[in-house]
Amino acid sequence: MNLEAEGLQKRYGDVRALDGFDLAVPPGVIHGLLGPNGAGKTTAVKALATLIDVDAGSARVAGFDVRDQAAEVRRRIGLIGQNAAVDEILGGRQNLVMFGRLYGLSKVDARAKADHLLDMFGLTEAAERAVSTYSGGMRRRLDIAAGFILTPAVLFLDEPTTGLDPRARNEVWAAVREVAEAGTTVLLTTQYLDEADQLAARISVMNHGRIVADDTPAALKRQIGGDRVTVTLAADTSLDSTAERLTAAVGIPAGPDADTHSLTFEVGAGVTALAGIVRALDDLGLVPEDLVLRRPTLDEVFLTLTAAPQEAAR
Amino acid sequence: MTAVRAGWILTQRNLAHWARQPWTPIFGLMFSIMLLLVFGFLFGGAISVPGGGDYITFLLPGMLALSMMFGVESTATAMAGDARKGITDRFRSLPIGSASVALGRVGADLANSAVELLVLIGGGLLIGWQITSDPASAALAVLLLLFFRFSMLWIGIFVGLAFRGEGATMAVQVLVWPIGFLSTAIVSAETMPGWLGAIAAWNPLSATATAARELFGNPTGITEGPLADSAVWLAIGWPLLLTAVFLPLSARAYRRLRSG
Repeated sequence: MNLEAEGLQKRYGDVRALDGFDLAVPPGVIHGLLGPNGAGKTTAVKALATLIDVDAGSARVAGFDVRDQAAEVRRRIGLIGQNAAVDEILGGRQNLVMFGRLYGLSKVDARAKADHLLDMFGLTEAAERAVSTYSGGMRRRLDIAAGFILTPAVLFLDEPTTGLDPRARNEVWAAVREVAEAGTTVLLTTQYLDEADQLAARISVMNHGRIVADDTPAALKRQIGGDRVTVTLAADTSLDSTAERLTAAVGIPAGPDADTHSLTFEVGAGVTALAGIVRALDDLGLVPEDLVLRRPTLDEVFLTLTAAPQEAAR
Repeated sequence: MTAVRAGWILTQRNLAHWARQPWTPIFGLMFSIMLLLVFGFLFGGAISVPGGGDYITFLLPGMLALSMMFGVESTATAMAGDARKGITDRFRSLPIGSASVALGRVGADLANSAVELLVLIGGGLLIGWQITSDPASAALAVLLLLFFRFSMLWIGIFVGLAFRGEGATMAVQVLVWPIGFLSTAIVSAETMPGWLGAIAAWNPLSATATAARELFGNPTGITEGPLADSAVWLAIGWPLLLTAVFLPLSARAYRRLRSG
């Protein structure tokens, strides 16, 4: 295992940021750490990257203990935090040369490495410009390049696409894949199921400071079910009776939600089921306010994943 | 990598900032020159120096010491900015000694202050200030001024690391004014009410200003008391004491980032 954590505990006052956090990631894969805001993802990354001390538990990164062999760990990791932690005043090349020299490269080697990384991450044209003039995606890519100077054994990426537009996000995804192809283990935290699904070979779902599920994206998706179709009913349509009638007509249970006056179907392959739901609405003579086909939200993922073991125990 | 080597690389980084954004140090310098002109010519005519002597000649070493103290602002602001933007965390994840980040700040800020001293000394000579002592004493005066700046650096590093919010650097920016003026940098303590003069005489800034006046061969405006007798020793002792307090505090603040 390239990343191993056992029973990590970290408290901030009354908040248990890490509460028995376990993780095992083999070398050379992208591992997704999926969770909502406040789940403890960043705290876990900071603990693994030797930035904070935990209260209990142990962790090894690239074979070294994060507490007792922090210097060894730091030689083998790259850390890309939530804010693009590159120097905004300096240019892209200046940043990479500086980080290269801090990693112990000679001036000549640091310059050569900087040129190579600028090319690899598509930043050669902007190399001399001050980073403050970069777009969000460019900044992120420079950030990742800086974490990639020594081709680290483990690269930590903490929510690398939060706040980026779709195009910049795709650029960052390409950069992350590039990193993994070079043989680096990547721990990627994200709030987006989509992102973890796109990039990660395996996903750990985190909530309240601990892992609540750990599996391949395909298996997790099977577990949480397929797409959702939500039908928002007109105000004068009765929620409960419509739910019963639609459940019978479609053959899939319709889950009522009184707050939004809507019914949600968990459907396997979204589009075919959608046709059935539309036909059933038509047959019943109902005109809905709104009809949406969508991926499960992170909330629903957590509900499903945390509810499943309890139901099984009943 | 040793902290000294990494510190040198980070010094270069901080110096590169000024090459990229030269207005920051230039405005700092213009501010010092403006203060010199305001006090030298605008208020100077109304200020007399106890024990006699020309006010410009009295003022200039005080302005040099004052500009060394004002440096605490830029140190604190730069440290807090790096900590807030996550750059300090990035440096902390690197295989470099834990003193590197502070050493990089020390190197760059001392270099900046040395240039500032040279420019102010040159400007002072142009408006009639004179060094009437020997070169060795004048060089010692410059060293003592830089030593005072060195002690201010550790206060700035501590404030920047321990209170990362913008409020802390604002507080420093406001506080340097009363502390700067409540000293013998601009007026002699002997023209102040007794109790106020006593506080001003014990201000570390006063020790450095008075020592610099003595060593440059300028009027000190001090005729009695410890400041008159042993200003040079006080200008060594005060910064030593401040460094002895704030260097360990800075190191502790840096280590405490680990618990956060």
